[in-house]
Amino acid sequence: MATLHLRGGRIVDPASGRDEIGDLWITAGQIRHSRPAAEPDDVFDVRGCIVAPGFIDCRATFGEPGYEEDETISSGSAAAVAGGFTSIAAMPETDPVVDTRAAAEFVSRQAERAGLCRVYPLGAVTKSAKGQELAEIGQLIDGGAVAFTDGKRPVANAEVLRRALQYTGMQDRAILQHSQVPELVAGGVMHEGFYSTLLGLRGMPAAAEEIAVRCNIALAEATGGRIHLMGISTRNSVDEIRQAQARGVRVTADATPYHLLLTDQCLEGFDPNYKIDPPLRTADHAAALIEGLKDGTIGIISADHRPIAAEKKLRELDQAPFGICGLETLLPLCIEALILPGRLSWPELLAKLTTGPAELLGVPGGTLMEGGPGDVTVIDPDAPWTIDAARFRSLSRNTPFHGRSVRGQVRLTIVGGRVCHQPE
Amino acid sequence: MEVASAPSTKPWTRKHLVGLRGVSAEELQTIFRRAAEYKERARNGEPKSSELAGVVVANLFFENSTRTRTSFSLAARRLSADVVDFSASGSSLSKGETFIDTALTIQAMGADQMVVRHSSSGAPQFLTRHLNCSVLNAGDGTHEHPTQGLLDVFTIQERRGSLQGATVALVGDILHSRVARSNIWALKTLGARVIVCGPATLIPPHVTELGVEVSHSLDAILGEVDCLNLLRVQFERQRGAFFPSIAEYAHLYGMNGSRLLSARRDVLILAPGPINRGVEITPDVADGSHSMILDQVSNGLYIRMACLALLQEARRGSV
Repeated sequence: MATLHLRGGRIVDPASGRDEIGDLWITAGQIRHSRPAAEPDDVFDVRGCIVAPGFIDCRATFGEPGYEEDETISSGSAAAVAGGFTSIAAMPETDPVVDTRAAAEFVSRQAERAGLCRVYPLGAVTKSAKGQELAEIGQLIDGGAVAFTDGKRPVANAEVLRRALQYTGMQDRAILQHSQVPELVAGGVMHEGFYSTLLGLRGMPAAAEEIAVRCNIALAEATGGRIHLMGISTRNSVDEIRQAQARGVRVTADATPYHLLLTDQCLEGFDPNYKIDPPLRTADHAAALIEGLKDGTIGIISADHRPIAAEKKLRELDQAPFGICGLETLLPLCIEALILPGRLSWPELLAKLTTGPAELLGVPGGTLMEGGPGDVTVIDPDAPWTIDAARFRSLSRNTPFHGRSVRGQVRLTIVGGRVCHQPE
Repeated sequence: MEVASAPSTKPWTRKHLVGLRGVSAEELQTIFRRAAEYKERARNGEPKSSELAGVVVANLFFENSTRTRTSFSLAARRLSADVVDFSASGSSLSKGETFIDTALTIQAMGADQMVVRHSSSGAPQFLTRHLNCSVLNAGDGTHEHPTQGLLDVFTIQERRGSLQGATVALVGDILHSRVARSNIWALKTLGARVIVCGPATLIPPHVTELGVEVSHSLDAILGEVDCLNLLRVQFERQRGAFFPSIAEYAHLYGMNGSRLLSARRDVLILAPGPINRGVEITPDVADGSHSMILDQVSNGLYIRMACLALLQEARRGSV
């Protein structure tokens, strides 16, 4: 296996608190802080760039099996490394749902065939993600599942969720919940507020999320289980999570850059690319999310990658599915929302893309410590570029950011000591 | 061209009419003047003109409608346009074609204007980004129904002379009503005071930010309104029950003969139809002397003629 030498970059490793200019080597697939015996096969001059642990997304949707028109594990892996990700946890909302050991092993197998980034299966909490009977969680763990979720269809039955938290707690695995009371958002298209009234679109009230957040926290508290709340989007949710964490409840949360940068007003043009779940909300909710990211209440950022084929997405707003194809645009959007306005430092931002998700999923990586896996992302933090959906590695193009001028580009993605992405 | 436009006003420049939000008072009056001209000429025995001769107007109705479609068809024919009728049933839509592809196909046949009705809010606006022809919204989901708003307001102005200072109540299902939104924009632009009145479950959140007042009691506001627009209860758009029973709704919000006694003596009663007799309005009120319902229907024809003609003038002007 090749030996790589990254020379003269700003090495930022949130796990160890390291932030200094220096050199880094990767040999035999592992990080080395000093020059190894072997002569490097490749030397990369990365002066002016940030050398970071490879990014990890705790919940991306790859569509395979069942929805290969949106994304395959292969195309999703290519999108991931282009976006600086070296590890992805794949959502189980496939057809069939990843609710058996065989289904989990299929995901791992396809990822090996793609040979780009590490892909960890997320298992369904319940059979067919129907929210009724527990899936074979023990077998799923043996098949490689790192955590559990029923995806965008949350486990709504409190008794089922209570048992699931008890059961996953045996092996200290987390349950990832999309916090929403289904009946309060039925048929909803966007945030319930002034713009939903103006546009005549069915609303999804903030209370639908906040009620579920409270319920999820209460059950985690009662069982001692680990719960992770995906895509938090309201001020009250952030407050509830902050208070629960202070009490010692094992609750974590993530946010997407979309909810930081965009508001419900974006729906004025009825463009389905702005239709996401949870919905874009108001500037006040966005400000609360930024506070939560700053004080650590929200420890993870996710691209909530949901690629959707154009023939399904570009249609009447109420009939278009939710989601943004996001892995390839996450970094510049985080820079725009958090770094450029001075809200987070680079180590703080990178922690939410590395150590945060690594701890949630219990997977290796997320750090540049000596001997750790050789998963490294090199970032040019100032490089200006224009987002062009036509150049996505993903099979899908559903982004509202096409044509946006941004800063910050991935220069190099290294997975296990192998260069998997290096734009010209 | 038989109708000479008034030289003092700016020419109409909108290529599409998807809603009344943002339409200026001057533009509203341009439409009303043109509608009044058509109405006057019809009264003088000249209902037909050749203004849109050679122009193809396509009616794309992705949602069932008889009244609005008939009104648009007749309006286009009165202006000598060629009219293509397309409805969702019995079309390629049932074969899985997307509505954009359907619209592109009709456009490729030479349509200059597309009159679009769709059950999804925003569908006509979405089409304007994909089509070169003009798009005239004939009602989209629970968003807007601009020609209905125009004909309602035109009917009131015709009777009162002006909307300035008038108090207009929109009664009933505001949440699901595209007619309510279009009415609110036009009424506010022309200086009216607007009250929306209905059960709390059918009043949308933040509606006061549109500049309207909210009431939950029809009896409480009856004495102060110059005009009541009784919106139809949209049973087909409601998910689940928004009020306990039709009888209770009629009891609280139905306009009947005894409520009429508490109203102003010159109150105007509008209903955008089709009306549910005995629900939002009783037959004696619907057919009584305060009722503007049939005036609304006939004015609808002239309003739609005016919109079609003005959009075509904007197209000619931009070439």
